[in-house]
Amino acid sequence: MLNSNVPSGPLTEKWTKHKFDLKLVNPANKRKYNIIVVGTGLAGASAAASLAELGYNVQAFSYHESPRRAHSIAAQGGINAAKNYPNDGDSIFRLFYDTIKGGDYRSREANVYRLAEISNNIIDQCVAQGVPFAREYGGLLDNRSFGGAQVSRTFYARGQTGQQLLLGCYSALVRQMHAGKVKFHPRHEMQDLVMINGEAKGIITRNLITGEIQSHAAHAVVLATGGYGNAYFLSTNAMASNATAAWRAHKKGAYFANPSFVQIHPTCIPVASEHQSKLTLMSESLRNDGRVWVPKKKGDKRNPAEISEDERDYYLERLYPSFGNLVPRDVASRRAKEMCDLGNGVGETGLAVYLDFEDAIQRMGRDAVTEKYGNLFDMYKQITGENPYKTPMRIYPAIHYTMGGLWVDYNLMSTIPGLYILGEANFSDHGANRLGASALMQGLADGYFILPYTIGDYLTGKLGESISTDHEAFKDAETSVKNKISTLLSVNGERTVDNIHKELGLILWENVGMARNRAGLEKAINEIPKLKNEFWQNVKVTGTADELNPELEKAGRVADFLELGELMARDALNREESCGGHFREEHQTEENEAKRNDEEFTYVSTWQYKGKDKPSELHKENLIFENVELTTRSYK
Amino acid sequence: MRVTLKIWRQKEADSPGFFERHPVEKVSEDMSFFEMLDMLNDQLVLAGKTPIAFDHDCREGICGTCGLFINGRAHGPLTGITTCQLHMRSFKDGETIVVEPWRAKAFPVIKDLIVDRISFDRIMEAGGYVSINTGGTPDANEIPIPKANADEAMDAAACIGCGACVATCKNSSAMLFVSAKVSQLALLPQGQPEREIRVSNMVTQMDKEGFGSCTNTGACEVECPKEISIIHIARLNREFIKSSF
Repeated sequence: MLNSNVPSGPLTEKWTKHKFDLKLVNPANKRKYNIIVVGTGLAGASAAASLAELGYNVQAFSYHESPRRAHSIAAQGGINAAKNYPNDGDSIFRLFYDTIKGGDYRSREANVYRLAEISNNIIDQCVAQGVPFAREYGGLLDNRSFGGAQVSRTFYARGQTGQQLLLGCYSALVRQMHAGKVKFHPRHEMQDLVMINGEAKGIITRNLITGEIQSHAAHAVVLATGGYGNAYFLSTNAMASNATAAWRAHKKGAYFANPSFVQIHPTCIPVASEHQSKLTLMSESLRNDGRVWVPKKKGDKRNPAEISEDERDYYLERLYPSFGNLVPRDVASRRAKEMCDLGNGVGETGLAVYLDFEDAIQRMGRDAVTEKYGNLFDMYKQITGENPYKTPMRIYPAIHYTMGGLWVDYNLMSTIPGLYILGEANFSDHGANRLGASALMQGLADGYFILPYTIGDYLTGKLGESISTDHEAFKDAETSVKNKISTLLSVNGERTVDNIHKELGLILWENVGMARNRAGLEKAINEIPKLKNEFWQNVKVTGTADELNPELEKAGRVADFLELGELMARDALNREESCGGHFREEHQTEENEAKRNDEEFTYVSTWQYKGKDKPSELHKENLIFENVELTTRSYK
Repeated sequence: MRVTLKIWRQKEADSPGFFERHPVEKVSEDMSFFEMLDMLNDQLVLAGKTPIAFDHDCREGICGTCGLFINGRAHGPLTGITTCQLHMRSFKDGETIVVEPWRAKAFPVIKDLIVDRISFDRIMEAGGYVSINTGGTPDANEIPIPKANADEAMDAAACIGCGACVATCKNSSAMLFVSAKVSQLALLPQGQPEREIRVSNMVTQMDKEGFGSCTNTGACEVECPKEISIIHIARLNREFIKSSF
């Protein structure tokens, strides 16, 4: 039975009350505890630094050479907070409401309210660290607006907000490294979670330079290892982003929640060739001034300049007269796919739509467009070789973020006692769709202001407990990790890891992508296990286990994506409704809009691993809405 | 198009390195430089050979992980971009391209084109922060900061820590990198309490790591993918001198 441990009482008082009810660890005793933090992006670095400041001994792990390389760094747009500095009617309740609604009513009220409450502290914290947010001439902080909200609540640092926030946490983290309270292990990848008496007590890592397999013991383990968008091979994630830590914890008993909830970002640069290695996001802000269109005639390959106004279909403006080009991410993405599926797509592949700035340049002047979007235009030109001032941009949706993740309770603890999950790696706050500028907010809320309070409640009971890596659980886990690695190296087949990963990506993109249906999902559930077999029989991994071996690293990650991919399809098949990023073609209105089924699906679908080649078991956490009314999202 | 790579191979830190030639066929102009390397590596793997190891991650120019010395220039022939943002259309059909790792005493090679830049982290540990703990901070709008200062701090804070400045400097100096952090925090009120001790500690650590001295050639500024100005080095020097009185 899943217990979310949401405290009782009115929504607005839950967190305050809970903080008082949580047991504390005496300041003098904190140094007697060891905590492992895996992943040092926004969530992991902020948690590791904050825990160390409190006095805990922290061991932090990253497969990167430095915490500053984490993919949090690539977030462009900004971070939301309910400061109401612009005096436009924002409040904690409004941020809470927008986030719940944006998530299409598939997230937990109490968690989201707490997130909105904490949002303001995050901005204060970052400013105090020296994060150079954008400012007005009077010296105060500037805000901008973002999709899914009618107030300006987004704080930003040019188009590099993620970078500046990550460098903020990184500075806090290196300060604790210097103080000796955090031991950082660069280029170490978690291979397994170690359990003793049903609780998380350590991890096994591989040193990516020497290949050494090592055991690390602690009183609690924190995973802040990001999302699983790279299951699709092509995504806006970084090349190394992976689900291995989360998936291996899942196989040790941590339930996985809403794996099918994936966000597809509408404005990315389209795939150019079969050699494409990743997709690049163009900020959503472009839709403020760019107009999206396709030629009315199918297969029209003419130069866009030769296609006259009446031969163009500005389909978002046609379908959604009030929101026009500014509909939410999921709607914009799905409609682009629809246009391309109908044969109206543009570019060589036909898998793109135009985002046109001709009107904006005429209306605002070229200089004003440069002022607003210059860096994005340069980036587009750099990648495609085309000049967006002269010819419309070609864009297409791409996998961007995963709302699903390991299940956590209100304390951010997974179904394994002593295992905490933070940031994109957990499922907690975004429901079926995440609003722009909310990922940074959640990662930092979890790391700076939630975990440091909740983890003490678990640790108090463990005072004096000694955990040694001599325990046989560590030896067993090390052996199984080594066996897995030697199996991978011994297959010596005929397909590269990337080649198989690309095939998995295509299956997922076609069937568990922007629009899903029963037949496609059943096909994916049938094909993925076959591909998994193919992988274990025909993959070719060169090199050895005891050296720096990027092929081996990729192979381990793809092995996990192959298992997770199947679960994503199963979850999507189970959810007989459309909500947020999960669009089931069988469940749509006559106008092709998503149709939720609140009667039957107002729950978190949470999956338990039951063993190799056995179907996972579904557990439901019913979502109870006491403070908002479930309505249909409309952007007409 | 077809190119020939003359590329650095080195098994591990202590083994001697050498150049290896690899012709690469069927290269498309729209491929990124790394996608061309991916393709070559795929071919090497299938042939049972060891693929070329290179560092990369975000492939959109922000994480700072990648960095190759291409035809004698950090991050290749263009300015204002990282290696991952370089595309094959910047090269000629039939061209021989020389690819090397960053070369600096403080950045030892780990394998092939991968170097160890942990020295940068240690410089940051020495003082690249404001010493505050989580919580208890004043309201974000409590201290107004002139927009010009905030903007200039942001110019410096844009540093991605890739090490191109060091790789391109004839002295392997890390002054641009160090000055970016010193300058950012010196420009902001939050950085004032530790202004002097910060610059002193960071410079001491920089010297300890084996980076060379700055002789103001300005090469770093040219190759910096984020186009960080050597104005920040000038500020670092002022800050450093002030801190010694």
